Amino acid sequence: MKTLSSIAGLLLALATSSPGAAELLNASFDVARPFYKSYNTAFAAEWKRRTGSEPTLNVSHGGSSKQARAVIDGLEADVVTMNSPLDIDAIAASGLLAKDWQTRFPQASSPSWSTILFIVRKGNPKGIRDWSDLVKPGVKLVIPNPKTSGNGRYSYLAAWQYAKTRPGGNDDAAKAFVGKLFANVPVLDTGGRGATTTFAQRGVGDVLLTFENEIALTREEFTQDGFEVVVPSLTVRADNPVAVVDKVAAKHGTAELARAYLEYHYSPEAQALFAANGVRPADDKVLQANAARFPAVNVFTVEQGFGSWAQAQSVHFSDGGLFDQLFAKK
Amino acid sequence: MTATALPRPRRTRRTMPGLTPTLGFTLFYLGLIVLIPLAGVFFKASGLGFAGLWKVITSERVLAALSLSFGAAAIAAVLNAVFGAIVAWVFVRYEFPGKRLFDAFIDLPFALPTAVAGIALTALYSENGWIGSVLALAGIKVAYTPLGIIVAMTFIGLPFVVRTVEPVLREVERDLEEAAATLGARRWQTVLRVIAPAVFPSLVTGFALSFARAVGEYGSVIFIAGNFPMVSEIAPLLIIIKLEEFDYKGATAVAATMLVLSFLLLLTINLLQAWVRRRV
Repeated sequence: MKTLSSIAGLLLALATSSPGAAELLNASFDVARPFYKSYNTAFAAEWKRRTGSEPTLNVSHGGSSKQARAVIDGLEADVVTMNSPLDIDAIAASGLLAKDWQTRFPQASSPSWSTILFIVRKGNPKGIRDWSDLVKPGVKLVIPNPKTSGNGRYSYLAAWQYAKTRPGGNDDAAKAFVGKLFANVPVLDTGGRGATTTFAQRGVGDVLLTFENEIALTREEFTQDGFEVVVPSLTVRADNPVAVVDKVAAKHGTAELARAYLEYHYSPEAQALFAANGVRPADDKVLQANAARFPAVNVFTVEQGFGSWAQAQSVHFSDGGLFDQLFAKK
Repeated sequence: MTATALPRPRRTRRTMPGLTPTLGFTLFYLGLIVLIPLAGVFFKASGLGFAGLWKVITSERVLAALSLSFGAAAIAAVLNAVFGAIVAWVFVRYEFPGKRLFDAFIDLPFALPTAVAGIALTALYSENGWIGSVLALAGIKVAYTPLGIIVAMTFIGLPFVVRTVEPVLREVERDLEEAAATLGARRWQTVLRVIAPAVFPSLVTGFALSFARAVGEYGSVIFIAGNFPMVSEIAPLLIIIKLEEFDYKGATAVAATMLVLSFLLLLTINLLQAWVRRRV
């Protein structure tokens, strides 16, 4: 499905290309689909007002890392909009864009963010309030595989940081805590949507850990079945970064359009669109204005907790890293 | 007519006309579609060097995934060989209402997107599913265990056995069976001495096809597997995981290992089949 949609996006880009017309391909992640539908309309109108010409804006959606890989392997996206800086770092490592991409736009190039929350069944029968409740015997939790999904990685890091910053906490305590937590996971789905299905449709587990915007997307279905959202005492800020793919934009002659397309993410209109789609806007004023939709959370960033994404990746999720060790010892 | 009337008899030695271009096309096409992409896998994996490759494939987790993939595929193929043969037998020898409809159903696993199969099977076999809830009473868990993997692999492999055995079974002469019966053979003797030897080679083919398909199966398995490292994580998932880590070499190393193992197993099965044919 995901590969198909990226192929379709590519074909669309090829089929509609004509010399002179401003055209852009945005390689983005799955959950951002409804956002970019309305965002592209808004930006096209803005661009027409500014330049008088109507741009063609295409978006290809897929898993964030899958999209990054497609771009590295030759999908000619002018811009990328991802759910983890790690994915853009990977593109930068291949030389398609500058390594300092995070300095190009405000807020470390992240115009929006999300966070990891808990979903529990109606009435919260197991009384789950915080991370410490997840390691209790008999509690089953559903988390997507940290090796294959952004929300899995964020959930893992949030649990680690929670255990580490508790009174008397340290790296060893965190390791033991996360080990106990994953011992309570009955299914490791490969992606966030699969995990949501496992929890909501298959009735597996007492609690689901996932992105707030994923919850927002499926909110109707969830409230119907009476699920409840639990905000833990500490969770992680999951930035949704954006970047121009320098080499592709230069080749297509779209550098200016690409830059304007990403800058517009920070406009009040776009910030409000983020909020409407369940993604937290980077602009604090817009976030305050939507406080009803976004409960107050106590968040840390991956940079604060783990130094950098690259470090978190190599210590925890690389081959033979700490995540692998959780399972190797059994 | 005399021999001299035949035009240029020496130059057309081959029975089949146009063999050279045909063979040429076959090799070219096979090369383009199959061999070159596969060579690419080995080429990428070779970047690791032998020591690096060995380190990847002998890591605990990769070994566990490989033995799960090949083990579950073998069990599924055995199940399919037994029950697929029975299904084929029923189709060839009996008439029943709705036979054509059932006949069409057999091919569904061929046509269905495997992810759909996986989701449907998981819905049925999870603890709140129709079958899963009944099995749960007996304390049997299917979804999210290795057993679920076998179920998915059996599902996708069934048509291979049915469709290879069916035509052969149709060809087995009833006369032979009747002759066997008139010569005083018991029913089981007829099955064992007359029918089984005729059907066996095609059954082995069906087994091999079903096995090969199950080893590489991804879509239908990951939904029902539970995907737990060292327990229910199949090798194709490990390949995807390594790709997600942007570890192309590691991914192709596992892929190349699976290719070599599959090839060796299929070769063995083919040799076995040839040996059986010679003996029959």
